[in-house]
Amino acid sequence: MFTRHETLKASYDVVIIGAGGHGLAAAYYLARDHGIRNVAVLERGYIGGGNTGRNTTIIRSNYLTPEGVKFYDESVRLWQDLSEDFDLNLFYSTRGHFTLAHTDSAMRTMRWRAEVNKHFGVDSEVVDAAFVKTAIPLIDIECGGHAPILGALYHAPGAIARHDAVAWGYGRGADRRGVEIHQQTEVTGIRLEGGRVTGVDTTRGSINTSRVLCAVAGYTPRILDMLDLHTPIYIHPLQAMVTEPIKPWLDPIIVSGSLHVYVSQTARGELVMGASLDPYELHQTRSTLDFAEGLSAHMLDLFPFLGEIKVNRQWAGLADMTPDFAPIMGTTPIEGFFLDAGWGTWGFKATPVSGKTMSHTVATGRNHPLIEGFTFDRFSRYQLTGEKGAASVGH
Amino acid sequence: MKLLVCPLNGPRPVSEFVYGGEVRPMPDPDACSDREWSDYVFNRSGSPGLKYEWWCHIASGFWFIALRDTVRDVVLETYPADAARGTLPRPGDVAARGTRP
Repeated sequence: MFTRHETLKASYDVVIIGAGGHGLAAAYYLARDHGIRNVAVLERGYIGGGNTGRNTTIIRSNYLTPEGVKFYDESVRLWQDLSEDFDLNLFYSTRGHFTLAHTDSAMRTMRWRAEVNKHFGVDSEVVDAAFVKTAIPLIDIECGGHAPILGALYHAPGAIARHDAVAWGYGRGADRRGVEIHQQTEVTGIRLEGGRVTGVDTTRGSINTSRVLCAVAGYTPRILDMLDLHTPIYIHPLQAMVTEPIKPWLDPIIVSGSLHVYVSQTARGELVMGASLDPYELHQTRSTLDFAEGLSAHMLDLFPFLGEIKVNRQWAGLADMTPDFAPIMGTTPIEGFFLDAGWGTWGFKATPVSGKTMSHTVATGRNHPLIEGFTFDRFSRYQLTGEKGAASVGH
Repeated sequence: MKLLVCPLNGPRPVSEFVYGGEVRPMPDPDACSDREWSDYVFNRSGSPGLKYEWWCHIASGFWFIALRDTVRDVVLETYPADAARGTLPRPGDVAARGTRP
């Protein structure tokens, strides 16, 4: 599926660190839309082996801030015809997305989000408990009596997709246009001269380049340390798990902020589930029993009939969190160094639009208009883009 | 179950504690620039390593400091915050980032 390159060239027009969805999408659009094909994508592990292959595959645009809604809505638009674009089936499946509200204050946030969403033309509305029950007949609308569902934010375009295939599709598309993908190639240093990027040192040799895009999620602080750049990014693990396959019964995607659950049923019949971040900083993808127990208990509040269903697998990814729950994208104080980071728990859905906007930013040297709310310097200007109210669960 | 040794209460399950972030020097808000203040408020040392961290035993409301390896998730020592008073890193003490206060 991918060309194997035995050696690195002496120089590239652009070097992208990280062959996950975001890095490969940027490479794809650089080659397809901007004609920049002399590009190397360097990957320490393997294609899509980081958070691209570890998320719960949910795609939605019902965010809270105008910046977020416009950005993620463009992403949902790009997702629609991606399978055709790649000639690769992404199993993109529009399911509808319910964010359940169990309290009056949660209902208030849902109304707020619905109004912002509608203002920007996003299909999003507040529905009552009866509507939820009709859409998901097997849900216990009272949640055992202690957290009854009052209503929900319903977002009809909410979808899921085969996450590995997204990295493969972008990777293959970039590869066919001349981009070189180098796996098992770790970046050990970034060379600067007079405050601008001149090259990258790797475990397989040094290369010259004037433009570097860093898209490495949970490894971002390690790369930024090489350049003495400081950001608010902090790393917590985010765990997820999946059950054995069962008959199809759950069409929509269900999120409950109060119960800290998000769940969807894949085409194979497995329930893919996630919850909150782990409670403290850790640079490790171990699994914990605390997580499996806590998430199972909350799943049973919503769906008591799942008591006999077995959990098949459990895993974790390293989430690069920001204080305002928005990403950090675009130019940095170092000329030629571009950042696509701070994707925390919300990065998968943004894969196409981040590739599109970052390729524009790298090609022109100027931030794309859609990412102006996510700039590197917003913290020193005290201009945050508060997106926490639209996070899937209360972190 | 993971245990954490509270300097006041002894070994307790980690679920009885909350994490309070890395121990960091606070610049004088009246004397520092806006940029220095935003660096303190927002920026973090996100890289892995040995870090001095604030932890709180919830049931007793007791705050203390733990030296933890954030790659292996192993706590090397815990001690009451009092013991560190006077030895915490000061503003501008760049070498202190992520090292022993």
